[in-house]
Parts: sequence; C-alpha cells; structure tokens
Amino acid sequence: MNQPREQEVPPRLALAHISKSFPGVKANEDISLSVQPGEIHALLGENGAGKSTLVKIIYGVQQADEGTISWNGTPVSIPSPKAARRLGIGMVFQHFSLFDAMTVIENIALGLDEAVDREELKRRVAAILKSYSLPLDPEREVHTLSVGERQRIEIVRCLLQKPKLLIMDEPTSVLTPQEVERLFATLRQIAAEGCSILYISHKLSEIKALCDSATILRGGRVVATCDPRVETTRRMAELMIGAELRRIEHGRASEAGAVRLAVSGLSLPGTPPFGTDLREISFEARAGEILGIAGVAGNGQAELLTALSGERLATAPDAIRLDGKPVGLEGAGARRTLGLSCVPEERNGHAAVPDFSLAENGILTARHRLKLAPHGIISSGAVRRFADTVIRLFDVRTTGNAALARSLSGGNLQKFIMGREIGQQPAVLVVSQPTWGVDAGAAAAIRQELVDLAAQGSAVVVISQDLDELLELADRLCVINEGRLSTPRPVASLGIDEIGLMMGGIHGAGEQAEAAHA
Amino acid sequence: MLEWRRRREPSTPMLWLSPLIAIGLTMLAGMLVFTAMGYDGFHAVGSIFVTPFAEPQRWADIGVKAAPLVLIALGLAIGFRANVWNIGAEGQYVMGAIAGTGVALATYDMSGWWILPAMALAGMLGGMAWAAIPALLRVKLQVSEILTSLMLTYVAVQFLFFLVRGPWKDPDGFNFPQTRMFTADQTLPTIMEGSLVHIGIPVALLLAVIAWLLMEKTTAGYAVKVVGLAPAAARHGGFSAARTTWATMLLSGGLAGLAGLFEAAGPFGQLTPQFPVGYGFTAIIVAFLGRLSPLGIVFGGLVLAGTYVGGEIAQSTVRLPQAATGLFQAMLLFMLLATDVLVKWRVVWKRRPA
Repeated sequence: MNQPREQEVPPRLALAHISKSFPGVKANEDISLSVQPGEIHALLGENGAGKSTLVKIIYGVQQADEGTISWNGTPVSIPSPKAARRLGIGMVFQHFSLFDAMTVIENIALGLDEAVDREELKRRVAAILKSYSLPLDPEREVHTLSVGERQRIEIVRCLLQKPKLLIMDEPTSVLTPQEVERLFATLRQIAAEGCSILYISHKLSEIKALCDSATILRGGRVVATCDPRVETTRRMAELMIGAELRRIEHGRASEAGAVRLAVSGLSLPGTPPFGTDLREISFEARAGEILGIAGVAGNGQAELLTALSGERLATAPDAIRLDGKPVGLEGAGARRTLGLSCVPEERNGHAAVPDFSLAENGILTARHRLKLAPHGIISSGAVRRFADTVIRLFDVRTTGNAALARSLSGGNLQKFIMGREIGQQPAVLVVSQPTWGVDAGAAAAIRQELVDLAAQGSAVVVISQDLDELLELADRLCVINEGRLSTPRPVASLGIDEIGLMMGGIHGAGEQAEAAHA
Repeated sequence: MLEWRRRREPSTPMLWLSPLIAIGLTMLAGMLVFTAMGYDGFHAVGSIFVTPFAEPQRWADIGVKAAPLVLIALGLAIGFRANVWNIGAEGQYVMGAIAGTGVALATYDMSGWWILPAMALAGMLGGMAWAAIPALLRVKLQVSEILTSLMLTYVAVQFLFFLVRGPWKDPDGFNFPQTRMFTADQTLPTIMEGSLVHIGIPVALLLAVIAWLLMEKTTAGYAVKVVGLAPAAARHGGFSAARTTWATMLLSGGLAGLAGLFEAAGPFGQLTPQFPVGYGFTAIIVAFLGRLSPLGIVFGGLVLAGTYVGGEIAQSTVRLPQAATGLFQAMLLFMLLATDVLVKWRVVWKRRPA
C-alpha cells in the first residue's frame, strides 16, 4: 500500500466518541474507530461487548446518544437503514431475511429499495455472480439451498447497491469450513476493488487470516486497536477477555460429591436449517459442582439443552442418567419429576409463554414436582402462592402474579424463570445463558442463586457464551464446538492462552490447549 | 389522516366489544345492501336480528337451532385454541347422525331406555372416527387438517345420500329418499309440551359449563392453550403437540357427531337428503363470535340461531330470498375478522405535517 496517499484520503468511515445506553446498561461508551477504503477491519469482542449495537448504529437501525459518524470525511446522520444504503453501506446479517418458497432472484428483487426491471436485474445479478465466481443459481427456490448459498443471496443483494462499506455480522457462525474459505475469497476480492469491509467476529483465527486491522471491544469500550496479522492470538484473546479479571477464588470445597447427571455418547442429528448435530457428547456433573460449557453461538448449545430437557429424546435410555437412573427415553415431564430441570436461552416462547400470567407460567414446569395440579385439576391457590413466593424470594419486579410474562423486562422474567426452577430444588439444573440481556445487579443475584443451589448438593450445568461468567461460576469447564464437547477441566488449572484458544473455536480445543501448554 | 398504531398489549375491552361492533356493522351493511337491491332493508334487518329475540314464541325455535351450533362450536373452539383447525365439523356432524341412525335402524323392532344412549354413543363415535382421519394425517404426515377435514365433509354428505337412496331407504316410504321414522324410544324426549324443545338444549348448556371448567381448571385445558400459544414452551413443559391434536380433533368430532345425532333423533326424526344444513360451518362463526370461550359460545350460538329463525321470518315479511340468511352469517364473520384488528391495533387521527 502507498503510505503517503493513504493519509491524504479521508477514511471511508470514522466514528468519534460514540456512546449508546439502554436502560440499565451502557452498550457503547466513547467508541472511536476508522476504516480506510479497501480495508478489511475486524470488530472483535465477546458476546455482549457492544459489537452489535455499534453496527446497528452504523447501519441506521439505532441512533447513538453521543458522538459523530463521518463518511468520507464528512459528518453524516444515518436515521435509517435506507439512509445507510443510500450512502453506500451494505450489511449482511447473521440470520437472513429470505422467503423459503421463492426463488433467489425473487428474493433479491424483494430486498431492493427501488423497483428494478426483472430482466435488467437478472443481467446485473448474473454479472455479479460471474465477476466474483459465486456459485448460485438465480432460479432455484431458497428452501433448496445450503446456508452458504443463502448467505450469497444476501451478499449479492448488497453488491447490487455497489456498496462502499460492507458490514458482515458473524458471517461464519453458520458456515462449513469450505464455505468459510469461499466467503473469504469473495470478501478479499470485494476489498481489493476498493470496498471497505467491517467484519464482526470473535473467532481469532479468522480475523488473523482475513483482516488488515482490528478494533477490540470489551464491555462497550474500545480496549485496543491492533494489526491482527502481527499480533499474537494469545494477546488478542487477553485483550478481548480482559486478563485482569481472571482467577476467581472458588470458596467451595473442590471434592465433588456423587455423580448426579451422566451423559455418555449422546448423538442427535440437528434440525434444519440452522441445527447442529450433537456428536458423541459425554460428561458428568457431580453433586455440589458447577460445570461450565463454553462455546460460540450455534455450536450445538440449543440442541444440547433440548436433548437434556427431554424436548428431544435420546436414542438410548442410558445416554442420559439422572442419579444413576437411565432417562434418555423419558419425556420432559418425567425427567423434571425425577429432578432434572432445564432453563433454555430463549425466555419468551420457550421457557415461558408470553401471553400467560406469571402464575400460569409457574404451572408450565413446576406442576410435576410441586403438585400444582393434582389429578389434572389445577389448584389455583397453590399456583398463585408458588408464583408469589418466587416473585418475593427472587426479587422479581412486577405488578403481581397476574402480570403477563411479556410485560416483564428480560432480566425480571429471567429472575422469575430461574426462581421457578430453583424453587423446585432440582437434583440437576441445566441452564443456558442464565444472565443473557440481564442487568448487572440481576445477573449477580442469579449467579449467587446458582452457587447456592450447588452448595446445597445439586449439580449445576451452565451453558454460556460469556466466558467471564463461566470462569466466575464454574468448577470445571469444557467447550462445545460443532456439536462436540471437549473433556471438562478444572477451571483452576486453565491458563489464559488455553481459554483464548477455546474462544477462537479451534477444533478439539481441549487437545490443542494441552499441546500449547506443554 | 388516519393511522394504525400497534397496541402494546391486546385490548381486553376490545376483545369483547369487537363481536358486538361486528354485529352492528353487519346490520348496517345488510340494511344498505338490501335497500340497494330494492327490498325494505330496515325491516329485513329487523326481522333477522330483532324479531326472533323480541317475540317469545320464537325462543323455542332459537333454542332448538342454537343447541347443535353450541355443541359443535365448543369442540371447534377448543381445537382452535390449540391451533388445530377442524373445518370439517359438518362432515363429522353427518357421520354422527349416520352412525346413530345405524343403531336406530338396527334396533327398529326393539324397545328399552338404553336405545337412545346407545344411539348417542354411536353418534359421538361416528363423529370421532371421521375426525380421526385428519388427525392421523396431520400427526403422522403433517398434512393440513384444514384441507382434509373440509374435503371429508363432502364424502360424508355423499355417503348420506347413498344410504338414504339405497340400503337405508324406508321400505314403506313410497320410494322417497329417506330412512324410516325413528320410534318413540329412538327420539329425544322433549322438555316443553307441544314444542320441539328437546333434551339436547340443556345438554349443550351443561357441556358449555364443563368445557369452561376443562379449559380453565385442568392441565388438559392448559396443555391446549400452551400448544396453541407457544409450541416450543409446550414441548419444554412436557406437553405433547401430537397428543393435543388427537384429543382436540376427537373431542370436536365427538361433539359434532353428538349434535348430528341430536338433530336426527330430535327435529328430523329420520335421515333425509335435507339433513345437512350447514350447522358445522356456521358453528365456526359461532366459535369466533364467542371468542373461542365456552361461555361466549352460548351467546354466539343464540345470535346465529337467531339469524336462522329470522331468515325464515324475513322470507315472509319482506320476501327476502332464503340465501339471505347465509349472506348475513358470512357478513358477520367477515365483519368480525375485520373488527378484530382493533384488538391489537388502534386508530389515531394524525394531522399531516404542514
């Protein structure tokens, strides 16, 4: 690159002192970064670091509270995605907005801001597919396409607008390794033609392979800007995770009790289109311990949770044992009666029914163990008393047990759901993303409840993408990656480099980490 | 200009006002349409919506017509709550009548108190069997029950035509396409001297109360609601969508079959080709007018029964064609679906920015 010339040209995109707050959380605080023409710039950070909020501000989905956005050196306001597209900003979202029953070309036509003649559009799409050597048949119906092909539709949609900046939000989280290679080739070509790319990810290896520069976010702030091609993976992982927060003292006695939950050789095919296959998952969770399962979103966490909860049955009874009893073929109700409680990540519509009151939501999972409906007759008094108890003990801020679940904030609903499960004194509690979208105070309260539950002799399994949370809570930690689970290891023995490699989502993170350690 | 704004929460007052607004709009639109067609629109609407309820001698007739509507709508509504869309209650109604009539014809020369209960049981089983086909297809093959249940209606009606013209034709009936008249032991007892008011009416009311208890006070009713509102939460809570589909289809089929048997063993007293009058379809309107709530359905059943009675009155008073009844019923559903927008949305008057 030609150094002096680069300094004369104003950056394609420059953010200065961007801040954005939501009730209870500062999502972005004083963020500044700049992206040069033709540069592939990584936005790196853990889940909840503020990447998505920042990108939404750039794409006009949300407005910053403070700070300025400059486009080619001129301050601009971006009130809507349409305005962003008019400037020349294109975005490919993590999950696509496509109509399955329509063809590729029809989907592209629907996504355009202006009506374009169909024949003209076909010619332009064909030209783009050819110049980027993208394999995609415009006449195919979307439901017949692979995830990678679907993503190409979104990319073509953006390229039709001749963008000057392309935002890719976690583009590889749903792709196969081969598809990732092809995507990178396309992105490099797009950048070589002068389009800037803002690449959002937390996969360190990808960023090293693809990006020219990286801005690392943590807790809503910029913690570093670096050149990923020369920076070590370990250093970037430390910056992303915040090494100063390590080494939480685990006050509890480390000699764990009897095995309460034993999973062995659990394999289940995923459900299309985004499902991940579970492959030979084995682990044990003992009385008094918290087992952490880390991993990047979409690597089988949701599938593992539904397989444990009994929403999907295992193929053999002893694939899952609860206190020694095989429950692999038992349904959700039977498992809960025996003491296996699960809290899925999605609160509204999965853990709770949004249009039901809190009292009614108590019935959903607590009716077995707490006999809220003896002989199939709902005992209204017991149902209300249980909801009131949960509301009181877990400090749920609400108008009462008759409030609809949908009327509660995410954090308060999560407190209610956690309270509903913990209040049943389960033998094993499996919880996914226990503090996702929950403000700091509520998150601390929920974590304390998990620690207390384990201290009382239950086994607790926490599936989370928040590594800080896992390091704070867990006695042992393992990683789920593409449906495989690594061998759990005591948190106390884990070094920061191993955690970094785990975060990077490298295959067989366990073995590689051991190799790195040796 | 008018602008639609989404409400934060569905409006409860609107949920219950919307059927009343829909009835009002139907009356208004009906008045305009029939006036434009050269009829006395005002009196036409009055005959259909007011006279049946204003004249006590019509009440018995309303009750007789409301009973099958309420029975069928109760079952349909419970299914609709679970997202099980049984549109073929008319077919299950006919099959129930056929099965019950089968028992009646087989016991033609017998007597005893047990014959009528046996017919009722056969009626329910007949309706259930007919509803089991769409249930099986949906659970096993994900075939839309909307299509299969609707199509099976026409099969049931043709089967009825075949029976009354062929094997079940009354041997002493001068070759008319109809079965034998039922005997006294095969006919529903009336509960009012000299009227058609039969025991099916209190049975329908009793079942409405039972259905309400089932939906509000039991885990079975809870399962129906969860499966309909949040399928993933239902799985999480350990409720089976397949079992719920089976239960609600069989329940609605059984109630439609019972209604069919009551109609055959009550007002008709035999099976004829005129037997299917569309109660199974009208009951869909009743279910929605009653907000899928068992007690609301009693109200909805009375309103729709009123339009049947009123339609007959209007034929003589303002010479409205018989099809007018169907027109008003369809218009009522149309208006109801339209006014239901108000439950989730509100209209605000917004001035155009100058």
